[in-house]
Amino acid sequence: MSSKESKKEKVVVRNLHKYFDHNEVLTGIDVVIHEGEVVCVIGPSGSGKSTFLRCLNKLEDATSGDITIDGYDITDKKVDINKVRENIGMVFQQFNLFPNMSVVRNIMMAPVTLKKMTKAEAYEKAIGLLKRVGLEEKSEAYPGELSGGQQQRVAIARALAMNPDIMLFDEPTSALDPEMVGEVLDVMKELAAEGMTMVVVTHEMGFAREVADRVLFMADGIIMEEGTPEELFGNPQNERTQDFLRKVL
Amino acid sequence: MNFGRVLQDATPLLLEGLKLTILVSLISIAIGMVIGLLMCLMKMSKNKVLSAIAGVYIWIIRGTPMLVQAFIVFFGFPQLIQLMIPTFRLDAFTAGIVTLSLNAGAYLAEIFRGGIMAVPKGQSEAARSLGLSQGKTMWKVVLPQAIKISIPSLVNQFIITIKDTSILSVIGLAELVNKAKTYVGKSYEFFATYIFVAIYYLVIISLLMVLSNYIEKKLKYEGKKRHRDEQ
Repeated sequence: MSSKESKKEKVVVRNLHKYFDHNEVLTGIDVVIHEGEVVCVIGPSGSGKSTFLRCLNKLEDATSGDITIDGYDITDKKVDINKVRENIGMVFQQFNLFPNMSVVRNIMMAPVTLKKMTKAEAYEKAIGLLKRVGLEEKSEAYPGELSGGQQQRVAIARALAMNPDIMLFDEPTSALDPEMVGEVLDVMKELAAEGMTMVVVTHEMGFAREVADRVLFMADGIIMEEGTPEELFGNPQNERTQDFLRKVL
Repeated sequence: MNFGRVLQDATPLLLEGLKLTILVSLISIAIGMVIGLLMCLMKMSKNKVLSAIAGVYIWIIRGTPMLVQAFIVFFGFPQLIQLMIPTFRLDAFTAGIVTLSLNAGAYLAEIFRGGIMAVPKGQSEAARSLGLSQGKTMWKVVLPQAIKISIPSLVNQFIITIKDTSILSVIGLAELVNKAKTYVGKSYEFFATYIFVAIYYLVIISLLMVLSNYIEKKLKYEGKKRHRDEQ
């Protein structure tokens, strides 16, 4: 951990509050995530995990508080959120691949549309990424022809095509059949091993324990407890954490 | 009731009318699509003024008969404009296209809106999270899917627009029904003439339906293999 702490701060969240109408979903989140760190967010449903994650790339607007990504305060209206998002990959529970585009075109779409690469460069990049997630032979298939696990691996490749330096995962394996969870987690593990900064909302306690540098336990819209996997899973201090872990483990 | 004679005498006249029917339909559908898309985006915009303008437009068009709209465009507006420009004239062709485009535009706006709302929210979230602006997300990701969803309703509206050209006969547009009326006035061959007119409409609309089925099949996502050079 000490080597991690000397690294650059990638995500700084200060006193984040989020309301949906009159319902306060996030009630004051403070967290700093460093370069190369893998942070897993666990907690009961309705605890605000996904909302917290979605605030990090402004899919949800923070009601109050500050969120700084790579030095850009994304709660500031003058900051071009599209530019910041180019450096934050996001993977969704429901994959959200574009059904009208082939796999390779799903991956090429953003770099080409945003003029980051020529079509040829984006194609090379896409094929390279597909090799990495083990789906090279599916490049011309359409999302509807793939299994859930394959779709999610394509979704990861699509997010990586923009060369992000932070990846957000919103329950990436929750919509998958059990036999497909492993193939997606394997890709994520590789990514973590390569030093990607990752924030992962997950119900996969095994993954959190094995891969995370730090685990955040959320309940009632705040971070109730945080620590290394050893600390949090081995010796939880908070009563809510203990109760939650008893139920899921 | 002499079908042979009507076929011989009326065909050139009716074909001339048919040509105008098709021409006015095509132009109006094209303009109507542009108006429809624009009004749809305005109505869905966060800008309250734009949204209200589109809402009022759609409300007025849907809430009044096209016959009345045609009378207002052809007889009403010229009278109004002549107060300022006394030499102003509006021919039936232009008035017809204006009426039909405005009419189709209102219905097409609602069709597009339905299509856009039917595209899952996750699609635009995925595009936005990749860094695409709202406009690029709409153009590159949402609209192509929305239009595909809307094809059956779009074709339905095209059929209505083609048939609605017949209403424009009342402002003197020399389309199919107008030509038929002229012929019937001389020959009194009501039955045979209007049967032929009906057949003409059936033929063009059937052709349109065949075309739309073909396009719908072409746009099926699954199992579609496309070469990368074609994109």
